[in-house]
Amino acid sequence: MTFYFAIIGTKDNPIYETEFGTSKQGGDGHARFPDEQRPMNQFILHSALDIVEEVQWVQKELYLKTVDRFNNLLVSCFLTAGNIKFLLLHDSKAEDPIRQFFADVHEAYVKTLMNPFYEVDMRITSTVFDSKVRAAAKKYL
Amino acid sequence: MSNLHNPASPFVPFSPNPAIQSGVASPTTPLSISQKTPQLGSSNLRYASSRKSIYDRHLNRTQRSELSKASFAFLFGEMIQYAQKQVSGIQDLEKKLNIQGYSIGQRLLELLLHREGRSAKRETRVLGILQFVAQTVYRHLFGKPADGLEKSRDNEDEYMLIDNDPAVNSYISVPREMSQLNCAAFVAGIIEAVLDGSLFPSRVTAHSVPTEQYPMKTVFLIKFDESVLERESVMPNN
Repeated sequence: MTFYFAIIGTKDNPIYETEFGTSKQGGDGHARFPDEQRPMNQFILHSALDIVEEVQWVQKELYLKTVDRFNNLLVSCFLTAGNIKFLLLHDSKAEDPIRQFFADVHEAYVKTLMNPFYEVDMRITSTVFDSKVRAAAKKYL
Repeated sequence: MSNLHNPASPFVPFSPNPAIQSGVASPTTPLSISQKTPQLGSSNLRYASSRKSIYDRHLNRTQRSELSKASFAFLFGEMIQYAQKQVSGIQDLEKKLNIQGYSIGQRLLELLLHREGRSAKRETRVLGILQFVAQTVYRHLFGKPADGLEKSRDNEDEYMLIDNDPAVNSYISVPREMSQLNCAAFVAGIIEAVLDGSLFPSRVTAHSVPTEQYPMKTVFLIKFDESVLERESVMPNN
């Protein structure tokens, strides 16, 4: 199980990305995408944005669950109040752990936003944020 | 110690922020840090005197705490003075105040929905988001809901949010020659940011409409963008 996670800003601009593997069932937390797959990940998430834009007016929850699929890969989305999209590319269905992962990332994102030196749509470069995301991934995924 | 050992990727970020736009090959390396020293380390992070970063603070701890009105009035007075030094007219000044409020609104929207936890719902309808502003946002800011919400009779795209006695104006008396000015433009900025953030682009302006009973009465005129009405008209009625 390998995951690719990206946060997309309000102007469809990426503000954070990372990839990681599962830590459950003896996984070591390292991402194992085949080399030819890795560059595709960004395209897959990017194309999912169109579907998110449709779903977001039908569904009012922040967690939009799985919005798109590509071959055997699934794209789950969490949309914040300020229209920041958290997109996770994953290969197995697991709604609840992903919801919890998104909730933790959302908290870290809101904290980032509380920083007066951070503005909406800026790239998130904090190492603390990065470690928070990794900790959440390790805990739930 | 670096946990940022991602392989270099062709993910060239785009952001309206000019500081970020110069794409750096490895996007997960913090720009500000990498420019100063090539090494990554927690020693490069600046902490507050408590040695805690913003990520260690609790988001809900100050949820119910209130700010003294006196200290707010003092701060707000200074903000107006500061803004006034940079502008030449009343419209400019209102715009400056609007911008000051805007960045607060962007953060407030995200924070309020985060605090609702799992039951949080994004607003998708014009009436829903206006209710959210008049109830949730207003209650959080001023401890009471807005005094009224009306639809304009003349224009389909205009709504009016009414505050009989805006807390921000309680210690402000506007000079006669600036009678056009309403410092609640600051609150208008907050409202505008909440609407914009929820994808209801709009212009919000504050206007003084004194009455016998409420000499400080302020009306926030909300003018939605065309696209909002267009979208609203094709949404199913439920």
